[in-house]
Amino acid sequence: MASRIRIVPMLAAAVLALTGCAASTTTTSSGDATTPQTGGTLVYGLPDDLGCIDPQQVSSNDAIVMSKPLVASLTWQNPDTGEIEPWLASSWEINDESTEFTFHLADGASYSDGTPVDAASVKANFDSILEMGAVAVLGARYTTGLESVETPDDMTVQLTFASPRGDFLQASASQALGMISTESTKKSQADRCAGDFAGSGPFALDRYEPDTIAVLKGRKDYAWAPPSVENQGAPYLDELRFAVIPESSTLTGTLLSNQIQASNNISARDQEIFSERGFELNNRANPGQVYGFLVNFDSTVGKDPAVRQALMHAIDRDAVNSLLTPNDRPATSVLSDTTPLYNDVSDEFAYDVDLANQLLDEAGWELGADGVREKDGERLSFTLDYWQPTGDALQLIQQQFKDIGVDMQLKQTTVAQQTGTIGDGSRALWWVNSTRADPSAMSSLIGPNALFNENRPDTSIDEALQRIDEISDPEQRQEAVDEAVALILEQGAVIPVMQLSTTIVSSPTTHGITFDASSRVDFASAWTEQ
Amino acid sequence: MATYLLRRIGFGVLIIWAAFTAAWLILFFLPGDAVAAAGVDTSDPAALEARREALGLNRPWYVQYVAALFGAVRGDFGVTVGTGEPVSQIIARSLPNTLELVGVALVFALIIGLVVGIASVYPRAAWLRGLLSALPPIAISLPSFWLGLLLLQAFSFGLGWFPAYNTGTFASIVLPALSLAITTGAYLAQVLASSLRIEMASAYAEQVRAKGATRPRIVFGHALRGAALPSLNMVGILVAGMLGGTVVTETVFSRNGLGRELIGAVESSEISVVLAIVTIAALVFVVINLLVDFVTPLIDRRIALTGKVAA
Repeated sequence: MASRIRIVPMLAAAVLALTGCAASTTTTSSGDATTPQTGGTLVYGLPDDLGCIDPQQVSSNDAIVMSKPLVASLTWQNPDTGEIEPWLASSWEINDESTEFTFHLADGASYSDGTPVDAASVKANFDSILEMGAVAVLGARYTTGLESVETPDDMTVQLTFASPRGDFLQASASQALGMISTESTKKSQADRCAGDFAGSGPFALDRYEPDTIAVLKGRKDYAWAPPSVENQGAPYLDELRFAVIPESSTLTGTLLSNQIQASNNISARDQEIFSERGFELNNRANPGQVYGFLVNFDSTVGKDPAVRQALMHAIDRDAVNSLLTPNDRPATSVLSDTTPLYNDVSDEFAYDVDLANQLLDEAGWELGADGVREKDGERLSFTLDYWQPTGDALQLIQQQFKDIGVDMQLKQTTVAQQTGTIGDGSRALWWVNSTRADPSAMSSLIGPNALFNENRPDTSIDEALQRIDEISDPEQRQEAVDEAVALILEQGAVIPVMQLSTTIVSSPTTHGITFDASSRVDFASAWTEQ
Repeated sequence: MATYLLRRIGFGVLIIWAAFTAAWLILFFLPGDAVAAAGVDTSDPAALEARREALGLNRPWYVQYVAALFGAVRGDFGVTVGTGEPVSQIIARSLPNTLELVGVALVFALIIGLVVGIASVYPRAAWLRGLLSALPPIAISLPSFWLGLLLLQAFSFGLGWFPAYNTGTFASIVLPALSLAITTGAYLAQVLASSLRIEMASAYAEQVRAKGATRPRIVFGHALRGAALPSLNMVGILVAGMLGGTVVTETVFSRNGLGRELIGAVESSEISVVLAIVTIAALVFVVINLLVDFVTPLIDRRIALTGKVAA
């Protein structure tokens, strides 16, 4: 989640109140809202693009929204079912060990420079992703252990991994493994960031000014949409623009005054105003690991299982959820409810202050004079660093922890500062989440090779997470996911709190902007009333 | 005259060096680790050390300082820790945008300063002069982000005359330039008005008035020339102020430039970018002041480029 710059939150409300009278004249719906119309321009507002539009290099939500329409991937993940369906590849085979993936490419797909999507170009993409290494943050993660890429014939690609990769089929649907032309893979990383590449997606890049604007043109020859997508032909839009607008009150004002037609970065507070004015609000929880606390087992607070369980039961998730948008839902598992293979296990960590207090009493943590529990000279007091725009929720949880005698101090930092302290053992809890439409989202945060080091005393959770990554068979995978989630909650390794969600706010004359399975914005079926 | 020029230029170089050194020292001894911030695996001390070594961050501080200084003299501020992009490339991308914004803002500010400055002295009616003189202090006390949002609200969201974000057209530069220019223009107006009052009350003005010169002739023909100098001398400082103002203005008006780069660089501990921007700002300040120095004698012939007022 990108950080937002909000210079004057209070003033924003005033600006909104004033804007109302002016904006109401510009947003009256005139045409038919059900039959898509072809043509026109849609301007989409984003707070930041981090200066790069190469889908294989970007990793922030906003940069992904902007670069994703430029590429098609080997497969498509159905947002309703979570199933993997054909896209550039019409079919595929996976060996029993989940180490060998063979993709058969569909005929007729092409890059925007006119060259066909063939096996050689797909191989060139994987070669270049491997070569980029950590620069392709997501791609590098998805291709870990990729040993060879073979092309048995012009339209067949065979990938072989050193160890089982049960999660790779889902990864093949991601924009980070979206295909660009062979020629494009040879360009420098900087040139590709600046937009010097030809993609395989429904839109082609016309102009890109970093941190300012990107102009994409709909490809009239695009005819290889995934079968389950509504628009089977070329994009309805002539032009799709992304305007980078960092200040949130400016973003709100531009959308209200119809200078832009949609954005997924309107604050919860402002969303109500849009809803009242007839704008469409489309909300979807991000799949992956929910927002929650990751516990450092080496810290005073984290080393006692009783304390971890007490924290788990001390959070009133419904109260926290009431601070979010009306469409948000509290966490009911370590995974969010839009993640494939998710199951509701909310009973395991139900809100129960009495139980939490009882657990702490039994473990010998006694209330001190200042209301903070202590035992053998150690106090249940710690500082939580966070950079995400979730301050309100954390303050409420701070109060709820206080009710059981745990003192959580909050300190807002930057991503840079926080990353700088990972691994030094100085923090008791981390505030984290991870978006990916696959249960393996958990391993990237808490798995054996994850960035965070939680000092868990045994490897049971690591092993359970590894199993998820090794199995392709859905039924066996479901068992592995359930087992890993159960272990994580039982040991209190993660304290789930709330689901991150994305809300697209679009003007009354804009339609068809949808979510893909990863809750990224999809424009292939978007259109505007002329 | 050559000696004077050399001395002024030498002094300018000294200012840029001082700004560079002060910024370098502050940034160097500030806590924070850009290498760790750039996502290098911090649990692997060897990897961290290798990255520091590659960037030359494990040398003694004075060696790093001298290397940075010599690099800066050649226009080389190194590469960013995060992406490895040359800092000079970032500057080359964002500086033109900021100069364009500040340039247009300066033109607006000069127009505002001249018009309001003269208007608050020119009318015969004392109440009107008083009213017009009250405008600049009000404008000066307005916070620029608030002014920016008000302008957006009225002329973009409301009337729809100008776009609220950078569309690449001239129309999209008008509001951000105005939000920088209003405060700056108000300063100019204040200085110009008070100098004009002094000039109008001076002996030579009395004399031309006695000779029967009209009010417009006294103001535009005589007083304005003398009164312009103190305002002109302020331009360097005002441009520096506007450069600082771009940090907020570029964010509110969604313009890419030095100000927004600076925020990003501070957030991600990109010391070399911050250093380059501080140095560029000092350079702009010095160049403007030099230009003012050279223009001054063209306006007032009594001042020759010797540093002394001619007899």
